[in-house]
Amino acid sequence: MSTTLLVVQTLNGLQLGVLLFLIAAGLTLVFGVMDFINLAHGVQYMLGAYLAVTFFALTGSFLAALILALAAALLCGLLLEFLVFRHLYGRDHLDHVIATFGIILFINHGVKIVWGAAPLSLPIPDLFSGSVQLADGLLYPVWRLVTIGSGLAVAALLYVLVSHTRIGMLVRAGATNAAMVSALGVDIRRLFLIVFGFGAMLAGFAGIMIAPILSVDPGMGDTILILAFVVIVIGGIGSIRGAFLAALLIGLVDTLGRSFSVDILRLVMGPSPARTVGPALASMLIYLLMAVVLYVRPSGLFPAKGR
Amino acid sequence: MPPALSLATSPTPTRRRLEVLPIGIFLAFAVLPAAAPLAGGEHLLSLGSRVMIFAIAAVALDLLVGYGALISFGHAAFIGLGAYAVGILAAHGIGDALVSLPVALAVAALYAFLTGIVCLRTKGVYFIMITLAFGQMAFFTASSLAPYGGDDGLTIAARSTFAGFPLLKNERAFYYVVFVALLGTYLFCRALVGSRFGRVLRGAKENPVRMAAMGFDVYRFQLATYVIAGTLGGLSGFLLANASEFVSPAYMSWQRSGELIVMVLLGGLGSLNGAIIGTAAYLLTEEWLSGFTEDWKVIFGPVLVLVVLFARGGLIGVTAELWRRLGRD
Amino acid sequence: MTEAMLRLEGLRKKFGALVVTDDLTFDVRPNELHAVIGPNGAGKTTLINQISGLVAPDAGSIVFAGRDITTLPMHARAGMGLARTFQVSSILPGFSALENVALAVQARSGSSFRLLGGAATEPALNGPAMAALADVGLAERALTPAGQLSHGEKRALELAIALAMEPKLLLLDEPMAGTGRDETTRLVRVLGQLKGRFSVVLVEHDMTAVFALADRISVLIYGRIIATGAPAEVRADPRVVAAYLGDEME
Repeated sequence: MSTTLLVVQTLNGLQLGVLLFLIAAGLTLVFGVMDFINLAHGVQYMLGAYLAVTFFALTGSFLAALILALAAALLCGLLLEFLVFRHLYGRDHLDHVIATFGIILFINHGVKIVWGAAPLSLPIPDLFSGSVQLADGLLYPVWRLVTIGSGLAVAALLYVLVSHTRIGMLVRAGATNAAMVSALGVDIRRLFLIVFGFGAMLAGFAGIMIAPILSVDPGMGDTILILAFVVIVIGGIGSIRGAFLAALLIGLVDTLGRSFSVDILRLVMGPSPARTVGPALASMLIYLLMAVVLYVRPSGLFPAKGR
Repeated sequence: MPPALSLATSPTPTRRRLEVLPIGIFLAFAVLPAAAPLAGGEHLLSLGSRVMIFAIAAVALDLLVGYGALISFGHAAFIGLGAYAVGILAAHGIGDALVSLPVALAVAALYAFLTGIVCLRTKGVYFIMITLAFGQMAFFTASSLAPYGGDDGLTIAARSTFAGFPLLKNERAFYYVVFVALLGTYLFCRALVGSRFGRVLRGAKENPVRMAAMGFDVYRFQLATYVIAGTLGGLSGFLLANASEFVSPAYMSWQRSGELIVMVLLGGLGSLNGAIIGTAAYLLTEEWLSGFTEDWKVIFGPVLVLVVLFARGGLIGVTAELWRRLGRD
Repeated sequence: MTEAMLRLEGLRKKFGALVVTDDLTFDVRPNELHAVIGPNGAGKTTLINQISGLVAPDAGSIVFAGRDITTLPMHARAGMGLARTFQVSSILPGFSALENVALAVQARSGSSFRLLGGAATEPALNGPAMAALADVGLAERALTPAGQLSHGEKRALELAIALAMEPKLLLLDEPMAGTGRDETTRLVRVLGQLKGRFSVVLVEHDMTAVFALADRISVLIYGRIIATGAPAEVRADPRVVAAYLGDEME
């Protein structure tokens, strides 16, 4: 276990964490403000990636692809909200789960029909390709740093928006007590739309940023969705701060766990059992973490509605 | 003076009229093998078995979701655990049901108990997520069991024997064993729902605070239900492993758990009959549509959405509504 | 002096910065009907919630029938004979009125871990349930789904459920809330008939009912009890009149 590997994996963990935050932020707000379980949020992330691939093929420019894909992702999100989601507010959580599950099926397979089942890729823009030397013998891909940086920038932007603007205040109030906010005369429908649209864009943005690193395939939304839900459950529903902390925690625990589980287990057991148990334990690590957190705090760490 | 106690009331008198339904369902299952030679032969039999096997799990899930308002998104794990019990024992040369069935049930029950203790401390979406988490844990554990196939799964040499007797080898015999299992499961759950225990569970679904104020420790009842549902899932898994002579981590994926919830919802929550009907509807649709395209779920997805938006009571609800409307005209 | 059925000592409860129960000391004697009155927001429902176990106090102790129940969960307190009604009717709307009460009987009649055998037709449960319904005048409505009962009938059902629990102490949280004059008169009569069978804590705004029924009255203002005594004393107490009764009494 070298320090270089440790640093690299820590940075990778941060990158995953930042990515998870972008997705979890929209999810936790939608849940907090509209009390709506959106399993289809992962689909927004996936659509962002696919749209970026298409627009890049059309324009040849990453920047153009980014902007167009963001706009298109926003449009898709609003369309979903208009057609399906807004009819489900106030209904049983089970209805949300099933309906959004249906949306996942529809879009996952729809994407397969439109773009094919083979994984696609998006090239890293030339400006950010290659690696940079962070320290002696430590090379790290520029694009990953860009991802981390842009993610943190968005997080900061979100923080400013939520704590220092009027809309942000309404969102925070809505996450604590939507009925009251509506009773106070705020157009709750418009607030929902704004929250939803913004969340969809954040997820799409995450998908676009990750597309050059991961392969873009029809199942990519599902795995990240589960992780995002784990994040918001640990962080506490409706809380951006909780989502941020939990996302970084999960990103680090998952990445470092996967890299070093075998090594750590070798300290207590033989190399062969460690090699079997290690990867299994690593994939379960975040779920174990969630189980422990929920046992101690059944509503997560920083729930917006209080404990 | 209180009126005479000829109050042989069940909570929902309409249930009497619908007794026709379960009789019809089981009759249909019972005579299916007779129709087999005419349409599909062994394939029809194995499809029928498959429907009944999943129906067992769906009925168990209906106890949780429909009667207990506990939306478990990890139910497939119990099916997988039961199946793997069979597979792992078979890999070590133990192929008799007298061993593997109790083991399958015990493993599922134990997992349900241990995870239920944690899960039931939470409510709402937190409950959904934590059941999902435990389902994932089972999934990943199975995926990492390299000696037992890992991701690729494990083939089972032969179906379970009963005290050495290869009862399940014959497709028709297997079908009837599954039939008996489903019938038994259904009757047990029916009795459970109407019992003292079931009444507390149903009451807790409507108003848990009121139940506690009456003196019921709701947690204990929910935990017991969770263990019962999990054990029945294990039964389903035992039969599934025998049906396909193969076990795989995919049996426990969260998508599978989602599909199980869909099966229950499709038929109509909280009626047990609905769970069976919904399972049949789902699997038959899958069988039919996948003949056309691998991506049949593109059509099924929006269907689900429409069901949730407009046909909330599932097939039973819609039929009952139509029946009522026709009765009026 | 017989042992108090219920004794609260130094009970404290804050919600955020709001002190709802402020160093409250209170006792209820066996078989007495002890009314608690006070303006809205005085903390009456929170007091009931703390006694029944729905809300945990921040400090202080609750002793019921000689046993410290401060940390005991709600269902355990109910099992000991502590019954309550809710200010906003909390019944099981999908079940019939009879089944609502039968469930309360079931809680006290042996194990509910019976997985087979129809509960709905058990005479051992339905018998006492019908008796409780008759006590509150709901016998004819036994088979009606509770969700379809009128508001006043639901309040009566709440009472029937509590009675079926054979309580040692009954907590009534504004049983007359929202009931019309006829219904109120009927409830007062029912409560009058129940008087002396067990201890009752009656939280109410309806002063006619309170003065007709209470053995003792405690006045709760801003989370504190400022006076306790027989109805005549309390009515005449200048502090009480100033703080609360001045506007209420004609």
